[in-house]
Amino acid sequence: MTLAELAAAAGPASAAVLADQGLSDDERAALLEEMRGRLREMRDAIARGLTSDAKSRTGMVGWNAKTLHTAGDVLAAPLLKRVQAYAMAINEENARMGRIVAAPTAGSAGTVPGALIGVGDPLDLADEALVLPLVLAAGIGEVISKTMFIAGSTGGCQAEIGSSAAMAAAAVTELLGGDAEASVHAAAMALMNTIGLVCDPVGGYVEVPCVSRNAFFAVHAISSAQLALAGLRSVIPPDEVVQAMASVGRMLPPELRETGEGGIADTPTGRRIALEMAR
Amino acid sequence: MSLLDVIGPVMVGPSSSHTAGACRLALLARHALGDAPSRARFTLHGSFAKTARGHGTDLALVAGALGFAPDDARIPQAHDEATRHGLGIEFASADLGDVHPNSVRIELWASADERRLELLGSSLGGGLVKAFGLDGFRLEFSGGAPTLLVRHRDTPGVIARVTRVIADDDVNVATLFSARQRKGGEAMMSVECDRPISEVAAAYLLHLPAITWLRQLPTVMSSGSDGAHIALSTAEATP
Repeated sequence: MTLAELAAAAGPASAAVLADQGLSDDERAALLEEMRGRLREMRDAIARGLTSDAKSRTGMVGWNAKTLHTAGDVLAAPLLKRVQAYAMAINEENARMGRIVAAPTAGSAGTVPGALIGVGDPLDLADEALVLPLVLAAGIGEVISKTMFIAGSTGGCQAEIGSSAAMAAAAVTELLGGDAEASVHAAAMALMNTIGLVCDPVGGYVEVPCVSRNAFFAVHAISSAQLALAGLRSVIPPDEVVQAMASVGRMLPPELRETGEGGIADTPTGRRIALEMAR
Repeated sequence: MSLLDVIGPVMVGPSSSHTAGACRLALLARHALGDAPSRARFTLHGSFAKTARGHGTDLALVAGALGFAPDDARIPQAHDEATRHGLGIEFASADLGDVHPNSVRIELWASADERRLELLGSSLGGGLVKAFGLDGFRLEFSGGAPTLLVRHRDTPGVIARVTRVIADDDVNVATLFSARQRKGGEAMMSVECDRPISEVAAAYLLHLPAITWLRQLPTVMSSGSDGAHIALSTAEATP
């Protein structure tokens, strides 16, 4: 299935994603049950991450989510604060070698649950209402993965966090009542505005900038959902946006693809930290 | 990637490619060995070599060799677990050639009889993996389906015979790769199936004169602990 086909579906996009799987009733029920389990795992990781300030193995992260969660709401924007804290909670659990759900990767695991659960929480919905949007998130990732490997080492961070932001944008759009076209265009706009992002983790650890990046791109996903729900659409067709991202990924030099040898990793302080950790 | 590969796996952090994927590759190697290893050597290539410690790739590889799944809470203590299980560990790095940046050569030695198994594999991202070599043969399998590995002499009709037996078991073949050392020499095939073939079918294949070794690997892509390999299928043919 292409994104154009998904966008043209009548009704919610998640229904079209499920129909495209060609599942028997039993298989469909099993898939949804598995998704419910993964949603619970995401909630558990958020709960652990918000209350822990145990440092990661390097000591670079570990207290960010809790600090933000307990800080005052200076912007008077509780949604923003909650989404950022949830996203970082998961990625700090990840950095502590805790239990998380890759979505689509571990380094980008906070974006989808941060945005989806963060938006869903005050709406007082049953967990069930989040399951189909999560299926849609998976469907968007599945389509992207047909065009490019979803890995920082092959496509840079855009392949990981760009995919997760696109998945989250579509999921939030559907959760808030968007139709298939709105959801797919939310994904496309999120992706279009992530193109070029490099993978430059300090010392090779999935911590800096990965943890804060999930907070930023969970918010990015929500921004995209807001535009799509207001009726804005991507001028470039969504499938062409994915092609563009894949093409940029191929142009990225190895230094900017998860080797820890470029960008933020290759600053004097980044190099010093890498050396200290290697000892 | 399937829907559950995209939202998943449930795993111990920090990296789906460098931790979960690495664990799955080593788990595949352990299943192919068909025994608990006493010794393991991991030769890391590219991004695996450069960022292994940062991503816990070392811990994940050791965990997989111990038979742990990617969501096993013991992964952070894999080195201690290896000591407890009498598994000797060695790490090296090397250029494995024109392969995916996240690639590794895994060598395992069985405790019982020092048999050695070598698996070449890549971690493709999001926890997906691809084995691209086994004991010197160029094969491809993903760990996403039950996989039949058959070592045999390169004589006419062996591939037809194997696929006939699989078909008679009403099992569908997803992918099939075959390679040989030289004409008339040793050959190997990997067959990914929609479900495992029966123990009887596996035993029958192993009994054929041209077939010298056979393994059925379970999928390593599902979350949770992986099923044990089918005991009967892991036996070696007596020469």
